[in-house]
Amino acid sequence: MRIAVLRFPGTWSENDFAHAISLVGAEADILWHADADLRGYDAAIVPGGFTYGDYLRAGAIAALSPAANELRRADAEGMPILGSCNGFQILCEIGLLPGALVRNRHLEFRCDWVHMRIESDRTPFTAGLRGELVRMPIAHGEGCWVADELTLARIEANGQVVFRYTDDRGAATPESNPNGSTANIAGVANQAGNVVGLMPHPERCSEELLGGTDGRRVLEALTGVRHVGMAPASVQ
Amino acid sequence: MTAYVATIRVRPKAEVRDPQGEAIGGALRSLGLDVADVRTGKEITVRFDASDGPAAQAAAAKMGEELLANPVIEDFAIEVAAE
Repeated sequence: MRIAVLRFPGTWSENDFAHAISLVGAEADILWHADADLRGYDAAIVPGGFTYGDYLRAGAIAALSPAANELRRADAEGMPILGSCNGFQILCEIGLLPGALVRNRHLEFRCDWVHMRIESDRTPFTAGLRGELVRMPIAHGEGCWVADELTLARIEANGQVVFRYTDDRGAATPESNPNGSTANIAGVANQAGNVVGLMPHPERCSEELLGGTDGRRVLEALTGVRHVGMAPASVQ
Repeated sequence: MTAYVATIRVRPKAEVRDPQGEAIGGALRSLGLDVADVRTGKEITVRFDASDGPAAQAAAAKMGEELLANPVIEDFAIEVAAE
């Protein structure tokens, strides 16, 4: 499996993702955003960082990159696309994912470990993982996911809420919500399930040395699903 | 072509919480000021050329819709004037 990892000005997690991808036996190429060509790849990753200095809004300027059209084209073909942290913000700004990410409710930048429950297995990144409790690191100041009530109700009903912040026993309490996100939402998918975004960093918890391996489970779920130019088989 | 200046004011929608505004409100209260509510936003000034007023207005609206505001969380208002 070949996975494209996009690099924008200010991306900082592309090498970590490429390394984590190599740990699950897949090939990763880091592609510069301005001339990224996703044809021939099985999946794409939009990593974390602070693209364009988070100017205007986090992800807003990256969303006008040529890579945005390339991601739209790949999405239309059903390619699995994962955005983490700033990559999640970018995918929301492009309009490939519902909602938006705003300043953490307490105004603090949070660099910590969080627990999450995987709420949906309708995505190539969580196939077979529904109900699992995972632990991953976060590092963000603008990770509070918001949407209007209709959007929230729709994505809850459609199984598009993929990751929810919980305590270490799986309860979605206010105390376990690190940024004030609506309904403790840490990650969402598009309607088809092929595009997923989450604020935590799977690439930073893919080997024991880094204090956790739950991120690797997300990448392992992906490598079990082959992109065949249409909606992934795991999407119901 | 005429030179125009557009002022685009972007604000969080009424139903979106504005933690920055809340923090500023708390700071103003600490000064002993009786403050009910504070909302923040940003103001962006753009100079550009357009054929006439309606064209300038349309260009400024496009700036707001396609980049300067995110319709999921923000509203914007524009003022356009010939320089």
